[in-house]
Amino acid sequence: MPEPTSLPAPTEAPTPMARTKTSAYPIEHFVADPDETPVRATDSTVSDAAPRSLWSEAWRSLRRQPLFIISAVLILAVIFVALFPGLFTNEPPNENCLLANSDGGPAPGHPLGFTVQGCDILSRVVHGTQSSLTVGLFATIGVVLIGGLIGALAGFFGGWVDAILARVGDIFFALPLILGAIVVVQLPVFQQNRNVWTLVVILVTFGWPQIARITRAAVMEVRNADFVTAARSLGVSPLGALVKHVIPNALAPVIVIATISLGTFIVAESTLSFLGIGLPPDVMSWGNDIFSAKPSLRSNPMAIFWPGLALSITVLSFIMLGDALRDALDPKARKR
Amino acid sequence: MRDDTTRSSATPATSDLPTPLLELRDLAITFSTSNGEVEAVRNAHLTVMPGETVAIVGESGSGKSTTALAAIGLLPANGRVSNGSIIFDGEDITSASEKRIVELRGSSIGMVPQDPMSNLNPVWKIGFQVKETLKANGLPSGTQDVAKVLSEAGLPDAESRANQYPHEFSGGMRQRALIAIGLSCRPRLLIADEPTSALDVTVQRQILDHLDTMTEELGTAVLLITHDLGLAAERAHKVIVMYKGQVVEAGPALELLTNPRHPYTQKLVASAPSIASRRIESAKRAGIETRDLLAPAVVKAASLDTVIEVEDLTKVFKIRGSWGRSTDFTAVDKVSFSIARGTTTAVVGESGSGKSTVAKLVLGLDGATSGSIRFDGVDITTLGRKEMFDFRRRVQPIFQDPYGSLDPMYNIYRTIEEPLRVHGIGNARSREKKVRELLDQVALPSATMQRFPNELSGGQRQRVAIARALALDPEVVICDEAVSALDVLVQAQILNLLADLQSDLGLSYLFITHDLAVVRQIADHVAVMEKGKLVEQGTTDEVFDNPGTAYTQALLAAIPGAGLVLPPEVA
Repeated sequence: MPEPTSLPAPTEAPTPMARTKTSAYPIEHFVADPDETPVRATDSTVSDAAPRSLWSEAWRSLRRQPLFIISAVLILAVIFVALFPGLFTNEPPNENCLLANSDGGPAPGHPLGFTVQGCDILSRVVHGTQSSLTVGLFATIGVVLIGGLIGALAGFFGGWVDAILARVGDIFFALPLILGAIVVVQLPVFQQNRNVWTLVVILVTFGWPQIARITRAAVMEVRNADFVTAARSLGVSPLGALVKHVIPNALAPVIVIATISLGTFIVAESTLSFLGIGLPPDVMSWGNDIFSAKPSLRSNPMAIFWPGLALSITVLSFIMLGDALRDALDPKARKR
Repeated sequence: MRDDTTRSSATPATSDLPTPLLELRDLAITFSTSNGEVEAVRNAHLTVMPGETVAIVGESGSGKSTTALAAIGLLPANGRVSNGSIIFDGEDITSASEKRIVELRGSSIGMVPQDPMSNLNPVWKIGFQVKETLKANGLPSGTQDVAKVLSEAGLPDAESRANQYPHEFSGGMRQRALIAIGLSCRPRLLIADEPTSALDVTVQRQILDHLDTMTEELGTAVLLITHDLGLAAERAHKVIVMYKGQVVEAGPALELLTNPRHPYTQKLVASAPSIASRRIESAKRAGIETRDLLAPAVVKAASLDTVIEVEDLTKVFKIRGSWGRSTDFTAVDKVSFSIARGTTTAVVGESGSGKSTVAKLVLGLDGATSGSIRFDGVDITTLGRKEMFDFRRRVQPIFQDPYGSLDPMYNIYRTIEEPLRVHGIGNARSREKKVRELLDQVALPSATMQRFPNELSGGQRQRVAIARALALDPEVVICDEAVSALDVLVQAQILNLLADLQSDLGLSYLFITHDLAVVRQIADHVAVMEKGKLVEQGTTDEVFDNPGTAYTQALLAAIPGAGLVLPPEVA
C-alpha cells in the first residue's frame, strides 16, 4: 500500500499547519455577511405547534387525500345501509315476491325492477349489504387476531418458534381458498350449521397466513430497533417489550393489508355463495343474488348488474382506503 | 454562437487567472415538496481551479451534497437550479441538454459516491462495472485495461479481483473500486461525496492518501464533500463552509482554521473533535495546562473505588454453516478492564473489533461464554432473574442512532417515565415531577414532554435518551457510539452535557466509540480493541502520548487532521 504522506514526528516543532496543502492559485478569503445567515442556536427545532403523534400526522395527511375522502364516504354509506336497511327501502326483500313480477323492469316503488322470483331488486341489494359486510368485517378481525398473533410470536422470538409457525403458515398458504372451502364445507359440522359464522371460520382458516407473514416481517424489523433494546435493558420482559413497543410499531402495514383484505373477503363470500357453498340460500347476500340471477342473464341482465355493482363499489372502496392508508402510514412509499 | 457568448461571460474580470475548471455563481437550488417550494441552496459561490482540491464542509442539511450534485446534473427529480449558473471549463452547463451532461459525466467529471455498500451493483462483477464505465466513455475496455484501472486505485491482484462480486470485497476495497470507476476515464474534476464516512478510520486514511496521490499524478481537481473540518483542512487547498444552504466562508484551509471570521465557522473550529483533539495535543506539547481544553469532568479526583471490573470476558458466537454444522466465532476474546467510579473509560476499535458486544455483555443483554463482569464486587453473569431486574437500575445504555433509540409511538413524557413505571417507583405525581427534573437536567424545556420523537432534532432526541437513561439514577451509563451520528456542533453540546452530568451526579461512563478524537476530549482511560482482543489500555494521556502497539499508532495517525499542528490559542 503506498503511503505517500509521512507522519509528523512527535518531536516536530509546533509550526502551525505542517501539512495543509498550498494552492498554486491565489485563494481569496470570502466571508458572508453574518447578518444574512444568522447562526441559530444549535439544535433549536421545538416549535410552538401542537404536539403531533405519528397517528395524528397520518390523520392530517389522510384528510387531504381525495382517495381517502371518496373511499371513506362510500364505506360510511355502505355501513349506514347495512345498519338501517329500512331507511332505504320499504319493500320486504323476501315476503312480497310475486311471480307475476318475475324479471320485471322498473316499476313505481320498485326503481330497480324485479328478480326472477319477482322480488324487489333494490330491497334485496339493500338487505344483502349486512351479511356481506358482516362476513368481510369479522373475517378480517379473525385473521388479524390469529394471523397477527402467530406472526408476531414467530417474528419476535425467531429460532424454532419461527421455524414451526412459519412452516404451518406456509402449509395453509399453499391451500387454495376455493378448493379448501369446498372440502371443508362438506364436513358434517359445517353442513348442519351453514350461516355467516361458519363462513367466517372458513375464510379465517385459509386467510390468516397472509397477515401472519406481514406481521412477522414488520415485527422482525422493529425487534432489532434500539428502543426495544433500551426497554429490555430497563428490565422490561420480552413479552412486555413485544406488546408495548414492538406490536404498536409494527401495526401500520398490518392495518393496510387488513383493510385491503376486508374487500377481498367480501369478494370471497360472494364467490363461495355463488358456487353454492357460501351462505345458505335463505340468507340474503350479494353473492347469492348474483348466483340466482345467473340463469336469466340474457333476459334480465339488470338482476345481476345491481348486486354486482354494489359488490364492486364496496370492495373498491376498501381497496382504495387501504391504498390511502398505505400512503399515510408509510411516508417512504409515498409518491412524489 | 451561443457557446461563444457564454464562454466570454464566463471569463472572470480579473483575467490574469486561468479559467476556473468549475464555477458556481449565485447558485440557488429549489426543491418542490409536499409542503411547497423549499430553497435548499442559495447564493452559492464556488470556484475550483484545475488540479485544485476544494472541500465543502457543513452539517447535515447544509446543502453541501446538493450543491455538488447540481454540478454534475444529478439533482433529484423534484429539485431544480432556480437561479445562478454552473460553468464547467468556460461552458455554461446550467441548462445544458441531457445529452451534453451525459457526455461530460465520466469523461470530464467523475464521481465517487458516499456509501460503498450500496453503490456497486451486487449482481455484476467488479470488472464488468469498470468496463461499463470505460465503454460508455469510448475508451478501450479489454481485460487488461480494466485490471490497470483497478490496480491504479490500489487494489492488489487486480486481474483476479476484477472477477469477484461486490459482496466479496470489504468496504475499503469497494470504495477503491468506486474510486477506480470514478477516475477510470481521467476526468478533469472528481466529485467525492463523503467518500470515506462509512469506513473505518485507518481505511479512511489509506483511501484518502491514495486519492491524493492519484489525483495529484493525473492533475485532477477534486471537489470533496465532508462533515469533518479536520479532514477538509488536511486534504484540501481551499475549504468552503456551508450553513443553511449558504456559503458562509471560503478560503485557504490554514487561514480558515486560524482566522475564522464568520460566527458559524468560529463555532465549527471551536467544536470539531478532530481539531479540538489536535489543540489538546499541541497545547500539551507547548507545555500549556490543558485543563480548560478538556471537557470539565475529566478534571476530577482519581477514585480508587472500582465500579465495574471485567475479567477474561469471552463471547463466542456460533455461525451456522451448511448442514447444521457450525463454526465458532470469538467476538470478544479474554477482555479485562475496569472502570473506576466517577470516571470515563473508552473502549475504542474499528468495526468488527467486538466493542459493541462488550457493551451488550456489560448491560447483561447477552450472556458471556466465559469470564466475569463484577459490578461492585458481584458477578452479574451469575445473577438470577430478580437480582438481574434490580441490577438493570444501576446500568443504563445510550445508543448511537437518535432516530432509532426512542419509540416513535411514545411521547417524550411516556418515554422518560417508562423506566420509573417498569420499576414501580413513585406515583403518577411524583413521576411527573421526576420527568420534569430530568428534562431540566438535560436542558430541554418541560414543554417537550408532550412532544413525539419525530418532532425533535437528532441532538434533542439524544438528550431525551440521556434523560431516560438517568431516570433510574444509574451508577454506570454505557454510551454505545452515543455521539457518532450527530453533527459536530451538536456532538460538542452533548459531550459537554455528558461531562456536566458526570460531575454533578458522579456517573461512570463506558464509552464505546470508533472516534479517537472524541476519546481524547472525554475519556480518562482508554482500552483499544482489535479483532476481539484488547490490545492496549491505559490512561488517555499515556495512550495518546506513547501508543504501545502499532495498531494504536495507526489509529491515532488516522484521526483526520492528525497532520495538523495547531497553535493552542486558536479559537
